[in-house]
Amino acid sequence: MRRPSRETAQSQRRITRRGLVLGGLQLGVLGTLGFRMHYLQVKEAEQYRFLAEENRINIELIPPTRGQIFDRTGRIVARNVPAYRITMTRKDAGDVDSVLARLGALIDLAPEDIATALEELRTRRGDTPITVADRVTWDEISRVAANAPALPGVTPEVGLSRTYPLGADFTHVVGYVGPVSDYDLARIDAPDRLLLMPRFQIGKTGIEAREEDRLRGKAGTRRVEVNAAGRVMRELDRREGQPGTDLQLATDYMLQNYVQARLGEESAAAVVIDTETGDLLAIGSSPAFDPNLFVNGISSTNYNALLQNDHRPLVAKSVQGVYPPGSTFKMVVALAALESEIITPEETVRCRGYIEVADNRFHCWKRAGHGNMNLHTALRESCDVYFYELALKTGIERISAMARKLGLGQRYDIPMSGVHAGLVPTREWKRAARGADWVIGDSVNAAIGQGFVLASPLQLAVMTARIATGRRITPRLIKSIDGVEQPSGHGEPLDINENNLRAIRRGMFSVSNNNRGTAFSSRILADEFRMSGKTGTSQVRRITPAERRAGVTRNEDLPWNRRDHALFVNFAPHDLPRIAVSVVVEHGGGGSATAAPIARDITLQALYGDDPPLSAYPAKDRARISSQQEKLRDLRPPARDDRPTRA
Amino acid sequence: MSYLEHTVKYTPSGPRKVFYLNWPIAVLLASVAAIGFLMLYSVAGGTLQPWAEPQMKRFAAGFVLMLGIAMMPLYFWRNVALVAYLGTVALLALVAVMGEIGMGAQRWIDLGFIRLQPSELMKITLVMLLAAYYDWLPLSKVSHPLWVALPAAMILLPTLMVLGQPDLGTAILLLAGGGAMMFLAGVHWAYFAAVIAAGVGMVTTVLQSRGTDWQLLNNYQFRRIDTFLDPSADPLGAGYHITQSKIALGSGGWAGRGFMQGTQSQLNFLPEKHTDFIFTTLAEEFGFIGAISLLGLYALIIFFCVVSALSNPNRFAALLTLGIAATFFLYFAANMAMVTGLIPVVGVPLPLVSYGGSAMIVLMAGFGLVQSAHVHKPR
Repeated sequence: MRRPSRETAQSQRRITRRGLVLGGLQLGVLGTLGFRMHYLQVKEAEQYRFLAEENRINIELIPPTRGQIFDRTGRIVARNVPAYRITMTRKDAGDVDSVLARLGALIDLAPEDIATALEELRTRRGDTPITVADRVTWDEISRVAANAPALPGVTPEVGLSRTYPLGADFTHVVGYVGPVSDYDLARIDAPDRLLLMPRFQIGKTGIEAREEDRLRGKAGTRRVEVNAAGRVMRELDRREGQPGTDLQLATDYMLQNYVQARLGEESAAAVVIDTETGDLLAIGSSPAFDPNLFVNGISSTNYNALLQNDHRPLVAKSVQGVYPPGSTFKMVVALAALESEIITPEETVRCRGYIEVADNRFHCWKRAGHGNMNLHTALRESCDVYFYELALKTGIERISAMARKLGLGQRYDIPMSGVHAGLVPTREWKRAARGADWVIGDSVNAAIGQGFVLASPLQLAVMTARIATGRRITPRLIKSIDGVEQPSGHGEPLDINENNLRAIRRGMFSVSNNNRGTAFSSRILADEFRMSGKTGTSQVRRITPAERRAGVTRNEDLPWNRRDHALFVNFAPHDLPRIAVSVVVEHGGGGSATAAPIARDITLQALYGDDPPLSAYPAKDRARISSQQEKLRDLRPPARDDRPTRA
Repeated sequence: MSYLEHTVKYTPSGPRKVFYLNWPIAVLLASVAAIGFLMLYSVAGGTLQPWAEPQMKRFAAGFVLMLGIAMMPLYFWRNVALVAYLGTVALLALVAVMGEIGMGAQRWIDLGFIRLQPSELMKITLVMLLAAYYDWLPLSKVSHPLWVALPAAMILLPTLMVLGQPDLGTAILLLAGGGAMMFLAGVHWAYFAAVIAAGVGMVTTVLQSRGTDWQLLNNYQFRRIDTFLDPSADPLGAGYHITQSKIALGSGGWAGRGFMQGTQSQLNFLPEKHTDFIFTTLAEEFGFIGAISLLGLYALIIFFCVVSALSNPNRFAALLTLGIAATFFLYFAANMAMVTGLIPVVGVPLPLVSYGGSAMIVLMAGFGLVQSAHVHKPR
């Protein structure tokens, strides 16, 4: 094609014309583009600016620090500790498998944890951090941090987690926290946005649950700039939240520890109440469990073991467990009779070992009979017949009124889970609940705290404290909130004749100080700390004639879960009461044999504030007590909590 | 043509050619490229690596290439047009074959210092060939069906090859660029009317084919069309690109958010921020003023090309210059229309600004041809 280009006028004209047309077309396109830019950037600018801000700014919640819980001496019962976890981002990690393998060499990673992490890493978005290891130690975290260059995409993170340094001692009182579950969310009408945060902990039981609103605090917020991958680039501003409120319990950690240790593996409960303030110095239930197990989710093996244990460790028997009060109810019957002037303390009743009421024979525990009994001796020896007669004369309505006056049959407003109201029966109640009329036999049963009457160990302690002081003492579990002292449970006088109360107390004194008293063997020898008490043995079930024929005559011969409950209530010192104690040992046999020694030991421990001298015990017990003290000392928490009080 | 007129006509030769370069175009190209460096520096978070510095080197190489091409006599380029075209077709075939025999689907050939995309090169060689063809063809035969069919075949052959890569964006640009050449050469209006009508019919057919067993586009291409029609339907999926792009553009406002202050690009909300969507970064950080200024620079380049072409009596030179200008125009207009949401996302870079070697080198070569036409214009 070696030939000069055409340079003709016609060609040039045509190109010029077409060139101009094309140029015009291009100008049109340019104009359109210009208008489009003007539209987006000037007319709609505000809207798009808003969208851009929405893109880049995230509002994040700052979880508040949960309020701490202290005992009455300032010892930490529940605190927050830094919890470390390790997260991993696929996008940054690159070769996930080899990074995980290296991580596994540094820290303790179970194969199934690796498998779950891998699965999550594969399925979630590449820029989402996945938790690979939870609750890792500071050592592991520092190892990971030191090897950071070899672990791309791996980030150690820190948060706060609840911990209970005293372990099982306060488990039924304080309860525990756990991650928010769907079930929790469903129960709350308008859940705080905090609850939707992953791994946020809320109270599940006990004070942690009941005082959740106080303990949780208010979330703060911070506005952060994030990039498209959601990674925080910088903080723009923050509004601090409000940390949760600290609570101080009325409970003494040393006494609580002693109570738990003394109850040991029995299925039992014990309550120590201060007769001045109503403070619950100890409120124990056994067996207990370590609440720390629940904080991050308990394994199903552990949980099933707790569920299937026939001693029911998950139940706070001190407030949730209700028992027929047995003979400990006799003070109520006696006071009701005295107050209605049906008897005088000196009047006697002859005990022949049984009474006949409406063709039924009701036995005294002492089949041979006690002979002539007055109030004092009947209490001391726990004569059933005497109280049968009293109950028949007094009537159930007066007895119930007195029971209520002394604190039974009502729910106390203490922040524990499942606080039970117990039961003080009346004619009306029986008609409504059982659809049957009150019969005379019901009154006879009620006279010795059997039948329908039900009381929790807490109620029994309150009852004893009210008898000891004559005041309407109410229990107090929270001593102060955020340093503000809560109203005490001191209470107004009960409007019960002081002479009548004194008669009852004298009877109770003899129970544990007279050699004919049912709890004489569990007496206190220290003069300044003499205690007054009352034993109780409540039948779970009668020994059937068939069993009797088969040779079962004694309680101990029955299977454990059919044996009687053992109860004991007392106050001390007798002359100027400082504390009242109640002990219930489920299926423990007799109150005098099982419950009274426990109550005596707890009483002495509370009054001395430490291991009492052996001289306070009857001589024949001293060797046993000495070795018991030694054993229980090993279970004590370390004397000082040397960790900082604020996490 | 009088004797006098004849003697004043003068074509520069030797080193003097440098003085006759179209310097305004050269300066405009450098300015646009400089804006590109600035934006690449910004999207890299204020560093020359990994994009700005390589881009500068490439532009320098491209600029030298442009000068080199400009120094060669124009008839040389006309004479090699057919060879260049056939060579590019061969390269297109080569990448297709390489994809077939297991090196994975790819659109480029690695030359060591640059990854050359034959489809990019084709944009220039196709214009060269068509300019040479219409220079050779007597004007009277331009609208003759036979002589229309021949250039149509020249256009369709590489277009179909590129479509098969598959690279819809470049294929459309090739088709449009070739069509512009035929239009400039003076092919009768009726042909274009017919093609447009056929095109509309074809688009309808393609859309109808969706979901049938003779589906004509890949699913991802259909999704792009859906996304274009309603980007908000899937803001985190397929619509993400265009939604974020519009947010970036819009949030720039009049004066922009300031150099390196664009949150959309700096925080990675913008996809492909250093390549196809670099214009949005510019528009976000320098606002409407910045965006319209770049548009103005591009328009000026086209303007100087048109002026140069229309004052050139050489038919090959004029067609070549206008063709290159039209190709260049299609590039940036398609890119800007795409990022502003006027047309679907088709993957067209912003010429001289987007990071990328092939397009830069090929475009500078194209402007070398424009310069050659300008330098060798009889004066």
